Amino acid sequence: MDINDLRSIITLMGFLCFLAICAWAYSGHAKRGFDEAAHLPFTEDDLPGGDRVGGQSKEGKANG
Amino acid sequence: MQSQATYNYKVVRQFAIMTVVWGIVGMLVGVIAAAQLVWPELNVAEWLHFGRLRPLHTNAVIFAFGGCALFATSYYVVQRTNHTTLFAPWLASFTFWGWQLIIVLAAITLPLGFTSGKEYAELEWPIDILIAIVWVSYAIVFFGTVAKRNTSHIYVANWFYGAFILTVALLHIVNSAEVPVTLTKSYSAYAGVQDAMVQWWYGHNAVGFFLTAGFLGMMYYFVPKQAERPVYSYRLSVVHFWALIFTYMWAGPHHLHYTALPDWTQSVGMMFSLILMAPSWGGMINGIMTLSGAWHKLRTDPILKFLITSLSFYGMSTFEGPMMSVKTVNALSHYTDWTIGHVHSGALGWVAMVSIGSIYYLIPRMYGKTEMYSTKLITTHFWIATIGVVLYIASMWISGVMQGLMWRATNPDGTLTYSFVESVKASYPFWTIRFIGGVLFLSGMLLMFYNVLKTIAGEKAYNAPVLAPQAAHA
Repeated sequence: MDINDLRSIITLMGFLCFLAICAWAYSGHAKRGFDEAAHLPFTEDDLPGGDRVGGQSKEGKANG
Repeated sequence: MQSQATYNYKVVRQFAIMTVVWGIVGMLVGVIAAAQLVWPELNVAEWLHFGRLRPLHTNAVIFAFGGCALFATSYYVVQRTNHTTLFAPWLASFTFWGWQLIIVLAAITLPLGFTSGKEYAELEWPIDILIAIVWVSYAIVFFGTVAKRNTSHIYVANWFYGAFILTVALLHIVNSAEVPVTLTKSYSAYAGVQDAMVQWWYGHNAVGFFLTAGFLGMMYYFVPKQAERPVYSYRLSVVHFWALIFTYMWAGPHHLHYTALPDWTQSVGMMFSLILMAPSWGGMINGIMTLSGAWHKLRTDPILKFLITSLSFYGMSTFEGPMMSVKTVNALSHYTDWTIGHVHSGALGWVAMVSIGSIYYLIPRMYGKTEMYSTKLITTHFWIATIGVVLYIASMWISGVMQGLMWRATNPDGTLTYSFVESVKASYPFWTIRFIGGVLFLSGMLLMFYNVLKTIAGEKAYNAPVLAPQAAHA
């Protein structure tokens, strides 16, 4: 086996790894975590004063 | 405890202000260089010559303007989305002062003619070492902050920022391997075609990770925030991220078509460049579709106009790039103004506009205000900048294609139809239009500077309290 076989294997493994990531990303399994993560920027208003209101921000509700 | 703790906004504030300042400086040098092409008499002294100002322009806009925007937004986003303060704030402060020192050193050494001759990596070895130290510090602060997060997830913007920081460290250290001869002169550790390949592996990934991944991190935070809606598809953002990571690294050879680089390497570079269109457009669609159901906001919100227009330019230039990497197209476009137009479609249209939008978002929040001094001025800035970019890229397309066609035209007996200088002469009108486009874009930045000054005048610096751990929310 020469070095080029190894290179081909690495390329193929990279591609398979990417396909696995796609399959995982579009599986129902990951969805709940993604929904939580997508709302991370909205957990509280970042406008001054907004933080003192308490509870959810205007943005959080709009996207709830 | 968390009621007293506040985010570390100081370093964000410093970088945000310097983004505007360096933007003006870098674009002014660009305008001067553009004027020198139209009026060669402006090459008044050797240290003000086009050949020395041009690298100063590219370094200033990419690393000073773009770099400060990336530092500012990444330090903001990593704190806010991880609900924690910066790790090692003193080190973050060091990255600010270190980065400013590097910029000043670049502004001194490049006009003096000290250069290692590598495009976008011209700075000589002592400055290269300083860059490496500052960059590793940046990585420590950023990943340290991610590590001490109070959330279970790492928001996607941080993935893009993280990839940008890691990859730029790798690129810079590998490409800057050089043998110093004196304090101000070094030679590359590589030779011949390997040197060229390492340089464009660096050069293309500087585009891919410095000018793309980092700014995509910005996009994934500031577009949803300004649109007040979560990103269109989070799972698409995950696929977008990994597709970009897997493909960008291999596209560099398209900068060396029809050179001594082996033909198969050129073809690999071309193929990966074509594949790159998929993740690029996936990301663009993800950003723009975030607005679905809220399109009316575009009508009234100039910050959103900046952000969404930047994505349109991102889509345009990531279509144009793969097209130009096709060897037959490249045979026409390479070494012409078309390349310059393509770069500025990405640099002004995408990178500068997404940064400007994000900085307009940040500045009021850094001083305890809800909005900029004048929203009208932001709208004016938006239109001036957009007209400027369009003038710039349209004139470069025309002159580029014209140059390519003139250079390849032959008479029936095989001699060249045009001498080189005839193509230069024919380019003058377009270089003048380009100059006007550049002046417009720079004027927009001056408006921004005024607006920022009026916003922060008399205001006290503000540090927002740290968010409660995510558990309280989820």
